[in-house]
Amino acid sequence: MTGTLKLPHEGTPGSSAEGLDARLVVERGAFRLDVTLTAAPGDVVALLGPNGAGKTTALRALAGLVPLTGGHLRLDGAELDRMSPESRPVGVVFQDYLLFPHLSALDNVAFGPRCHGVPKSQARAQAAVWLDRMGLTEHSSAKPRRLSGGQAQRVALARALATRPRLLLLDEPLAALDARTRLDVRAQLRHHLADFEAVALLVTHDPLDAMVLADHLVVVEDGRVVQEGTPSDIARHPRTDYIAHLVGLNLYRGEAEGHSVRLDAGPGITTTEDLTGPVFVAFPPGAVTLHRDRPTGSSARNVWRCEVAGLETHGDQIRADLAGELPLAADLTTVAAAELDLRPGAPVWATVKAAQTHAYPA
Amino acid sequence: MTPPHLTGAPAGPRTDRPRRRRARGGAPLPLLLPALAGLVFLVLPLVALLIRAPWRSMPELLTSPEVWQALQLSLVSATAATAVSLVFGVPLAWLLARVEFPGRGFVRALVTLPLVLPPVVGGVALLLALGRNGVVGQWLDSWFGITLPFTTTGVVVAEAFVAMPFLVISVEGTLRAADPRYEEAATTLGASRFTAFRRVTLPLIAPGIAAGAVLAWARALGEFGATITFAGNFPGRTQTMPLAVYLALQNDPDAAIALSLVLLAVSIAVLAGLRDRWMTAS
Repeated sequence: MTGTLKLPHEGTPGSSAEGLDARLVVERGAFRLDVTLTAAPGDVVALLGPNGAGKTTALRALAGLVPLTGGHLRLDGAELDRMSPESRPVGVVFQDYLLFPHLSALDNVAFGPRCHGVPKSQARAQAAVWLDRMGLTEHSSAKPRRLSGGQAQRVALARALATRPRLLLLDEPLAALDARTRLDVRAQLRHHLADFEAVALLVTHDPLDAMVLADHLVVVEDGRVVQEGTPSDIARHPRTDYIAHLVGLNLYRGEAEGHSVRLDAGPGITTTEDLTGPVFVAFPPGAVTLHRDRPTGSSARNVWRCEVAGLETHGDQIRADLAGELPLAADLTTVAAAELDLRPGAPVWATVKAAQTHAYPA
Repeated sequence: MTPPHLTGAPAGPRTDRPRRRRARGGAPLPLLLPALAGLVFLVLPLVALLIRAPWRSMPELLTSPEVWQALQLSLVSATAATAVSLVFGVPLAWLLARVEFPGRGFVRALVTLPLVLPPVVGGVALLLALGRNGVVGQWLDSWFGITLPFTTTGVVVAEAFVAMPFLVISVEGTLRAADPRYEEAATTLGASRFTAFRRVTLPLIAPGIAAGAVLAWARALGEFGATITFAGNFPGRTQTMPLAVYLALQNDPDAAIALSLVLLAVSIAVLAGLRDRWMTAS
């Protein structure tokens, strides 16, 4: 598989010798990480999960900074877990970059090639090419403390790429940047990752970063993979509250019988899909309509009695957090919120049209 | 709008500072009096040294060959002792700071022991270890024909014994404060642990090493007890400045004062140098 032709990941990608094939098991005290990761050269995989899920531990295990307590780790057919960290063809971009403060940007990038036995002048020439590719030629003699966050991030990326790794690891690559730089850097990073011919794996807790940068998402919670797939797949079919919350969906589990689903949370819900057995039902907060009195003429068949638990402003919208028969999130305009006289504790009726719900097998 | 900015001094603090100082008030007498007495106690001897200094005969005293000999020997042996401390002390500090091993706390205590040990005891211990009939010394003598006591090398050994802990403690502290993840970053770039130490850690902790070296050098320069016990007091061979001062005090007090002033000047220079190093280190 080349970098330009990418097939969607269904089933088991990277089953050939090329690329990454790993099952990482790391036990530390009560915490156990057990994730399986496969990727073909040219793939960009994102490990997405809440803080403390074990994402960074997985990344450190891949780099050899944390020993595996079990599983296997193969890269392009080589047994990586038998190799010392310094001999692994793995490049890492650390969260706070860890650029060597006493070396110029150029010497930071030349550090890797130098360690691989490239003579000094040649290593610096290679480093200059990398910095040029990152648009940093004029900063090549600058010490890291004189670089902006975005520049430091690109130097760190150049430094990691200069060793020509077969696996590039990025730990929260955009977390250290302010909102404005983040947009630019994200676009540049996407561009550089698209050019990268080997496996790239990034760790992030930001779903937007993951979805923009990666073509395959692996969602990790509490040390385990809870879901994986393409970004759009995961956004449409979340399987845990965490992901549903990330992509802004109301998500419920239940038992389907034809078009009606009995939710584990209590009430029933009518859907357009015709399914049987355990299912997930999801709908966006925007699909929820709120009423002060029980709606009578409404065509919506899903009607629940709720109570306002909290209100939050999202841009020009208000997100209402509702408790009651069915806990759910609803989006409405500020005008609508004022008309309904929404405030914490206020009783409301919520309706959702069946056409706006989405059910899929669990 | 901005005349205060043009003058370079922000307007706020300038008006605030005197008010704040007044608000904090004076120190209570039970603290102030002993504090001043302590200060006088520390400064008075140095002032006395300056008052009683034979300024007129100074050039003549300081250019005598004995003084030059002692000064030269002191500078050379203190520098050599510092070099020895660096070669062995920096790796020792790295071991204590970066490698987990059983009994690490005990080893650290052993390393710091010479800091608090009376130097004379150190000298006696060195004799028992490296003396001609010492535990190791007898083998050095019969196998390699090396004798350390009462030689210039012996001076260096005695000074290094006393000075090295200062360097180890200083460097270890800097190493602990330095982020070990830089070494990890170096490792992921293909550096062995030694290369990571040499090319990343060492430059990062250079200010701490410099501060430790200056401390060790100053300690070695002033070393008296261990030196006179282990290396004796032979002019030109083992008689360093502090020994010369002590001896001169018996028969030529003016020379002793002159020599003391030289050591005082060196100490002040060291202190000034150290201040800068420590500023940059932290």
